Amino acid sequence: MRDLPGLPSRRSFLKASAATAAVAGIVTNAKAEQKPEPVALTEYKPDCLKPTEWAFVMAAVARLIPSEGDGPGAIEARVPVFIDMQLAGDYGKAADWYMQGPHEADASPLRGWQTPLTPLEIYQQAIPVFDEWCKATHGKIFAELDAETQDKALTSLQKDEMKIKPELRDFFTILLGNTKEGYFADPMYGGNHGMQAWKYIGFPGARGSYKEWVLKHNVKYPLGPVSISGERA
Amino acid sequence: MARTEKKKDVVIVGLGWTGSILGMELAQDGLEIVALERGHDQNTVPDFQFPNMIDELKYGVRLGMMQKPRNSTVTIRRSDSETALPYRSLGSFLPGNGVGGAGTHWNGLNWRPMLSEYRLRSYVEERWGAGIIPEDMNLQDYPVTYDELEPFFDRFEHVAGISGKAGNIKGQIVEGGNPFEAPRSRDYPMPAMPSTWDGAKFGEVTKSMGYHPFPRPGGIASQAYVNEYGMQMGPCNHCGFCERFGCYNYSKSSPQTAILDALKRKPNFEYRTHAEVLRVEMAADGKTATGVTYFDEKTQEEVFQPADLVILAAYQLHNVHLMLLSGIGQPYDPATGEGVTGRNYAYQMNGGYTLFFKDEVFNPFIGTGANGMTIDDFGIDNIDFGKEGFIGGAYISAGQSNGQPIRSMALPKGTPSWGAGWKEGIGEWYGHSMSIGSHGSHMAYRGNHLDLDPTYKDRHGRPLMRMTFNWNNNDIRMTQFMKSKIEPIAQALNPTSMQEGFKKEGAMYDVRPYQTTHNVGGSVMGADPKTSAVNRYLQAWDKHNIFVLGAGAFPQNTQYNPTGMVGGLAYWAAHAIRTDYLRNPRPLV
Repeated sequence: MRDLPGLPSRRSFLKASAATAAVAGIVTNAKAEQKPEPVALTEYKPDCLKPTEWAFVMAAVARLIPSEGDGPGAIEARVPVFIDMQLAGDYGKAADWYMQGPHEADASPLRGWQTPLTPLEIYQQAIPVFDEWCKATHGKIFAELDAETQDKALTSLQKDEMKIKPELRDFFTILLGNTKEGYFADPMYGGNHGMQAWKYIGFPGARGSYKEWVLKHNVKYPLGPVSISGERA
Repeated sequence: MARTEKKKDVVIVGLGWTGSILGMELAQDGLEIVALERGHDQNTVPDFQFPNMIDELKYGVRLGMMQKPRNSTVTIRRSDSETALPYRSLGSFLPGNGVGGAGTHWNGLNWRPMLSEYRLRSYVEERWGAGIIPEDMNLQDYPVTYDELEPFFDRFEHVAGISGKAGNIKGQIVEGGNPFEAPRSRDYPMPAMPSTWDGAKFGEVTKSMGYHPFPRPGGIASQAYVNEYGMQMGPCNHCGFCERFGCYNYSKSSPQTAILDALKRKPNFEYRTHAEVLRVEMAADGKTATGVTYFDEKTQEEVFQPADLVILAAYQLHNVHLMLLSGIGQPYDPATGEGVTGRNYAYQMNGGYTLFFKDEVFNPFIGTGANGMTIDDFGIDNIDFGKEGFIGGAYISAGQSNGQPIRSMALPKGTPSWGAGWKEGIGEWYGHSMSIGSHGSHMAYRGNHLDLDPTYKDRHGRPLMRMTFNWNNNDIRMTQFMKSKIEPIAQALNPTSMQEGFKKEGAMYDVRPYQTTHNVGGSVMGADPKTSAVNRYLQAWDKHNIFVLGAGAFPQNTQYNPTGMVGGLAYWAAHAIRTDYLRNPRPLV
């Protein structure tokens, strides 16, 4: 297995989880619930994203929630897997939404989702537009830029400096929203790997029972998270 | 070709709070009843089971318990000069779906309106004169008094299982309760829930400032409880998954926990799911309904269900939609001010401060939908409208409901929305903030209304309902007043930093962020058939065997969450049907 910058190796994961378990002092039961390590992101076969789209998502989320500093980055949390799975499912297809025309994609943003496109279609159409803009402005497609230039390009996208067409204008908003969802959602959706994001902020996940702690005012809750499928940290 | 079902005495459209209440009450008279629910069946087990229910992504973000706009939605415009566009994905408000309706996924906050709210127009005219009422405000009285409704509020609170602390029992002020509440005949069925640190801080500081804090009342069980139908609730464990979720613990008040199992045991009650009512059918003379036509999802056909009595018990928006589609009441025309169905659509005006405390720990995931402490010192009864320049009021509270990190991640202003700065911010600030919110009244105006959309259709080919709605200066002045009252409270708590979120003059309705599912009006109750669609018993003025339940009856919105009033009015209407209408079916007014 090859180690890419910003991509965790199997070895570093094992080191990290052993260290966490020791710190938490609940080594034995936590260990028993560990899941087999999933396939490395570099080996992952996306459900719906094409190779260039996958490369973009990998590169973009690594800047939206970077690995440096305290807490996991989007890559350690396996956010790209989450995004791929969501876009392949009902969310990506806008399966629950009212999508009949006529559409007024250029209506005021306050009026909500008015593009005829689904979230998956927005990713599919906006990524090439943005990559073209990156190439014209910074000389390379987004995934090939250095981190500093990537941050600049994402800021331009957020501010809509490239004047993307109205049908695609929600691209940055949904990309950032999906990235945070994948960071914080239950691990069964593919992201928040090892509940690292929950551990980082101190959210106990699916514990769901705090009666004895309600009146312990201003005292930090002591237990780490559990997941819906029974992982414990 | 439509199938026809065997005739029933009563058909109930929708099986949420009001459908369940009417079903239970009318079943006790031996009537043959069928309830038609457009959504799926759902119950605590297996649908709300731990831990699958407490899934923020599925239910909190992807809105798994809500109606699918694909199946049912509205169009929205801010004024009649705009083209209405479909509410394609849910944002501002979240109508429920399935058995239990919004009563399944609510927060549980339960109130009775303040005394002035039942007769707001008369109250304003007596105190300040009609001159202070803005020209375009359709201010109206409820056609029923608080004293008449009191036994029915009490009944609902005891069926639903509300925890709280009375502040006024038969005129006696009780220390620790809300001294400004309307007098109640007895205390809440359960003692108040304990509050988390944020509510406790708010309670202490407001008390020291001379205000009157009390625990927020809500349908969250503080102890074991059995109601009059033999339905049981168990004490809440503060899991922090109330709003947008079903309760796995039999602790949150809902049709499932309070009524439905008992109702389903009645041999004369039947309910059908995946049965969406398309229209109410009328007799040839146009004076009564003959039943309803619904679409049977299982057989993919239209079905006529004959019945002597039609109860519209769907969500407010859907009741009004059915009325417009079926010709119940003359549709409201804002240009002439004539017509009643769709008139006086109103919403809720809320705002708040977020306070950050670097060195304090709030454990935000410990919460309930009705957690915390409230003051009603700036409630609608306590405001000098003439002096302040608006009509309205609000209750002000602190009490965390959840710490679900996708949606509940308050960060100080200036924190980047992504990148290293954002990641640092969430590590530093998650669990170190609290909020103080105002929950305010919203008046009804000539322009805000509901009618049928000329362009967009639903999956059955029916026109979508069109909502014309925008904010109005009166309510913005009210919320700015609340800001000026909350700011000193927040400052007195001495936070590291604080920031405000109140609507300002010129604010346009934004359908994207969640605001509240307190859509009211459109099937307003009143004493005058020219300005109301239903009479004081929620009976359609022009078709006496149709009763229209729910918050559509509110002439304008109160300052409170609507469920207490919705439940009280349901028992009030059920009582009138049982004791009067059934004996002699006719217009009751």
